[in-house]
Amino acid sequence: MTHGALAAADHGEHEHPSEQKYIKIAIILTIITAIEVAIYYIDWMHDSGALVPALFILSIGKFLTVIGYYMHLKFDSPLFRYMFIAALVGSLAVIGALIALLRVHTIDFGPGGFIS
Amino acid sequence: MAQAVATLETAHGGGESHIGGADHSGHPPTSTGLDSRKIAMWAFLASDCMFFGSLIAMYMIYRGEAERLYQAGQGIGPLPHEILDIPYTSISAFVLLMSSLTMVLALASIQKGNVRGLRIWLGATALLGAVFLGGQFFEFTEFKHEGLGLTTNIFGSSFFTLTGFHGAHVTIGVIWLMSLLIMSLRGGVRKDQALNVEIAGLYWHFVDIVWIVIFTLVYLIPYDEISTITHEAEGALRQIGLG
Repeated sequence: MTHGALAAADHGEHEHPSEQKYIKIAIILTIITAIEVAIYYIDWMHDSGALVPALFILSIGKFLTVIGYYMHLKFDSPLFRYMFIAALVGSLAVIGALIALLRVHTIDFGPGGFIS
Repeated sequence: MAQAVATLETAHGGGESHIGGADHSGHPPTSTGLDSRKIAMWAFLASDCMFFGSLIAMYMIYRGEAERLYQAGQGIGPLPHEILDIPYTSISAFVLLMSSLTMVLALASIQKGNVRGLRIWLGATALLGAVFLGGQFFEFTEFKHEGLGLTTNIFGSSFFTLTGFHGAHVTIGVIWLMSLLIMSLRGGVRKDQALNVEIAGLYWHFVDIVWIVIFTLVYLIPYDEISTITHEAEGALRQIGLG
């Protein structure tokens, strides 16, 4: 184990990926972004209803790759992972609750969509 | 006395040696064994997640409502599908993704003690951040020319609030990176202080992941198709007696 790895282990961490791996990840992220944009312009994706699930899967893939490798959640202490997962669950709950609330209690919007 | 002074100098000088259990950055040990500053940054990012979650929820609700009102003859345009420029925003998304790469290369450089590499990659990250902000300013100006302002309709209000707050986060990130770059040029960022760069990097990558979500939910997702899927799901639930 190198000195850096020993120091990192003291902090509950493991060695981070190499620079080559970071570049490979950037290439993968770029390809995923290109696919996202490309499928947006394919009519069949719209007609078949496959666009929305495909976009969700691709963007979740990008999201997890960035937090896992660039933010080192895959390698760092599990405490950071738990903190972030808790926050993600919380924010998804907020999104769900707000959407559900405003579907039940519709606001009477005036002209332009503002409450008069 | 001389021994005490030497101990203090080593502890505050950020040396490699561990004094009385202090880690290599000169900070006392914590009960978790993790650096408190890093925990604080993750706690902040967790709270920021909730903040952006609320803004995204409001955008999703108001965007649909703006389109419904417009179709009912009560709303005022322009609407998202008339104004959002996907190819232009794709380039912005690419720029921000590349800034995440340069940020992580800056961290890798300082972890190896390569201060020159740190400066180059930090400068590149700040530059890419500034390009993104310039692009966002141009986009906002174009929207204003096409008749969409903060108070035009609820789509405009929720769009500018969400993307504006994201832009404010990017601005803070660019200032932070420039400060680190200036500190590094003055010799203030060394290998044993790589955690300062890592914490700035966490913030920067968070700004990037928020944009990943915004790019998909604001720009790419066709809301009329979501509405169709929702209505079909509700109809199916009603048919089986669950609706």
